[in-house]
Amino acid sequence: MGKTQTEKKLTEKAENTLPLEGRHGNNVIITSIDNVLAWARKSSLWPMTFGLACCAIEMMATAASRYDLDRFGMGVMRASPRQCDLMIVAGTVTMKMALRVKRLYDQMPEPKYVLSMGSCATCGGPYWKHGYHVLKGVDQIVPVDVYVAGCPPRPEALLEGMMLLQEKVQREALIGKKLAPMTAG
Amino acid sequence: MALTETQTPRVNRTVRVVNVSERRRTLTFWERIYLPEVFRGLILTARHFFVNLARHTLNLVGIKTAEPGAATFQYPEVVRPHAPRLRSLHRLVPRPDGTPRCVACMMCETACPAYCISIVAEEVDDPDIEKRPRSFTIDLGRCVFCGFCVEACPEDAIRMDTGITQIASLSRNGMILDIKTLLALKAESEQGGKPVDFLQQQFVS
Repeated sequence: MGKTQTEKKLTEKAENTLPLEGRHGNNVIITSIDNVLAWARKSSLWPMTFGLACCAIEMMATAASRYDLDRFGMGVMRASPRQCDLMIVAGTVTMKMALRVKRLYDQMPEPKYVLSMGSCATCGGPYWKHGYHVLKGVDQIVPVDVYVAGCPPRPEALLEGMMLLQEKVQREALIGKKLAPMTAG
Repeated sequence: MALTETQTPRVNRTVRVVNVSERRRTLTFWERIYLPEVFRGLILTARHFFVNLARHTLNLVGIKTAEPGAATFQYPEVVRPHAPRLRSLHRLVPRPDGTPRCVACMMCETACPAYCISIVAEEVDDPDIEKRPRSFTIDLGRCVFCGFCVEACPEDAIRMDTGITQIASLSRNGMILDIKTLLALKAESEQGGKPVDFLQQQFVS
């Protein structure tokens, strides 16, 4: 998909005005602080209470005592996007809901991560061909960091995705993290 | 004929009125004071806490107790046992010589409700086989794990018995499995080791 001229300008503007991005090279202080910050960040990823379909039931099961998401510091489900780091898109994203998903994502503070849970969120799943009302993949509206397969994924799969995301957060430190490109409108 | 207001049949219901206060147990004096009951509740909670703490400590030093301290499965280390009928990650069953049993009849591709299987067939000289898949890819991101492909297969060439359910990837492409990977997978009963190790190589890319 080609970007419009306005989008390109906005993206460039966003990248040029970031406070830290690209301003510092790798040196001892920056990288050490980076590591500590990344460790703190990955150990307290707060997800958003946000279920769209049956995947949300498995998400609840993951947060319950059998699997206990709190072991990873992720059990603090927040009801407001302003307090969240992670959006778990759990379920079928309908066309009507897609606008809300996008809005909620925009309301989250940086750095923010998205986990696409289940085949519906990843690509439309069983609605992939004949679902006139389903968005064919949530990655068309928000940048997705981790995909989890399953219909719905078992709690183990979700935990695996979470751990993968933790690795990713640890790898990309503060300076290296690309902020989400701004979109027009 | 539609029923009008006057023709609506009246049902004579006998409503049994139950006085709630009759069912309620009369509280004793100490129960009505309420404070001792609060402490009884607190003692119960505290007992659970200390018993579980003791169990955790014993387990930590290697002494097995009758019950674990918590109901939690410590996931990456302890995998919860699952039913033998669980539909997990697919695998292609090989013949004794290592080639897939699949004869590229496209039954699974047709049966798949999510259109996640794609097969490219090619001819072989062996008159008993005639066709085989040149490529056989499953997009796990699209798969809904319904098991229709297993039901549809006339050659028992595809099975969902690997016991691998924890599939996550950083990209959509990481979840597309080709014929090589599908053939290399083994049934859960044949696997040594944890399936997670295999996944780390495959999906983290």
